[in-house]
Amino acid sequence: MLDWKLDFTWEILPRLIAAAGNTLVAAGGGYLVAVVLGLVFALAQRTPSRTLTFIVRELVEFVRSTPLLLQIFFIYYVGPQFGLRLSPWAAGLIAIGLHYAAYLSEVYRGGIENVPKGQWEAARAINLSTVQTYRRIIIPQALPPALAGMGNYLVGILKDTPMLSVIGVAELMHTANSIGADNFRYLEPYTIVGLIFLAISLPTAWLIRRFDKALRRKMGLTR
Amino acid sequence: MKYDMSDYPLKLEGDNVPMVRFQNVTKKYGQLTVLDGLNLDVAEGEMVTIIGPSGSGKTTVLRMLMTLETIDSGVIYVDGEPLTHMEKNGRLVRASAAHLRKIRSKIGMCFQHFNLFPHMTALGNCMEGPIQVLGLSKEKAEKRALELLDMVGMAEKRDQHPSRLSGGQQQRVAIARALAMRPKVMLFDEVTSALDPEVISEVTSVIRSLVDQHNLTMLMVTHQIGFAREISDRICFFFAGQIEEQGAPKILLDSPQNDRTQQFLSAVLDAN
Ligand SMILES: Nc1ncnc2c1ncn2[C@@H]1O[C@H](COP(=O)(O)OP(=O)(O)O)[C@@H](O)[C@H]1O
Ligand SMILES: [Mg+2]
Repeated sequence: MLDWKLDFTWEILPRLIAAAGNTLVAAGGGYLVAVVLGLVFALAQRTPSRTLTFIVRELVEFVRSTPLLLQIFFIYYVGPQFGLRLSPWAAGLIAIGLHYAAYLSEVYRGGIENVPKGQWEAARAINLSTVQTYRRIIIPQALPPALAGMGNYLVGILKDTPMLSVIGVAELMHTANSIGADNFRYLEPYTIVGLIFLAISLPTAWLIRRFDKALRRKMGLTR
Repeated sequence: MKYDMSDYPLKLEGDNVPMVRFQNVTKKYGQLTVLDGLNLDVAEGEMVTIIGPSGSGKTTVLRMLMTLETIDSGVIYVDGEPLTHMEKNGRLVRASAAHLRKIRSKIGMCFQHFNLFPHMTALGNCMEGPIQVLGLSKEKAEKRALELLDMVGMAEKRDQHPSRLSGGQQQRVAIARALAMRPKVMLFDEVTSALDPEVISEVTSVIRSLVDQHNLTMLMVTHQIGFAREISDRICFFFAGQIEEQGAPKILLDSPQNDRTQQFLSAVLDAN
């Protein structure tokens, strides 16, 4: 029989819910960095500059083929040696944002490459500039097919936030660990953390699907 | 004959400046020479149709003029000014992006597969260029777009996205979109080839009305010989990247001098 203590549950719940707020901030903030930086990475790889394309492609490859945990440690502990002294929060958001930016840039790239060549040509035929072509024609069409991938990474980033606990960001996992260590009880905090993650990620995935459908309909991309 | 850049004038001047001039234009894809020293003048207001077998370089001619392709040698002039080149210290050098953009504004193009912007309505497609490029106010752009949609018989469908339009309707919107930019030259690349036979006339009648109404210069690639005969001032027969024969429709179509022209025409007429 499981030895679940209800009064202990009530006692720790407020702390864990507060920590869930931090988890949301970490995931949301990291995602925001990733969404913007990822687009920069994707577009940089499409400029005529071969050097820039090369550097960004290698950077993306590097980030994708090394563990997130290492990147978090690196930015937080090695950064200061390069004069980059960051708080756990800042280091965490940069690490997780950079990591997911690399993945998102591939999603964007796929989306952009999926836009038919004829769209670029039609844009040129009405004499849009390159920036206008991206902003008005290409990105609006690249986004809906990229949305499923972007949504997966939003859920992914949420699930990776516990890694920030290693540098002391007080998100859910960090809080559950310290509750466990203080009380010598792990069953309740870890179970609650699992449930909170479920309670966040399931509706998020559902919302993304809804948003995706609505966007496609609004843009006339489905019949 | 070897050409030097100094063989090309910096500007076309005089009484009979053509709206479009290809002077000794060569285009290669790798080893393949698609156009070999093309010389072609199109006068202002003239309707020139290009016919010829598949792969003879017809589309490439239009795409070079729309600056969708670069050229390997020669110069293209539009309205007297070089398009592919620009003057620098009294010499012609490769055109900058800004120069291309300036001259390109005189040219509009319609494609075989329409290439409408799928995320915009018919009206939105026709307002995009005028607002973004010409800097028109939303009201003015909408007024102009509606007039043009009306002219192509698509005013009722103004709020539809392309996915809800038939091929013939999409192509008519595409014509309106191109005209909204007030081009001096319009290019039509097989604009009826992707259409069901019963809707081809929707599009050809719009093009016919352009010939009547506007002082537009037009270059058209088509396989519809009957339509070409009816509306062209001149027909050019392309073969292997060169103009094999050209002339007024009656003369070229009824009494072609060249064997290849004869063969092509009889093959096309047999197919119809
Ligand atoms: N992007 C390209 N790369 C390589 N070859 C091409 C390309 N575009 C066209 N070609 C070749 O150039 C030739 C002329 O093509 P095109 O102008 O499209 O002919 P047409 O319109 O008369 O059928 C063809 O042999 C075609 O295969
Ligand atoms: Mg063609």
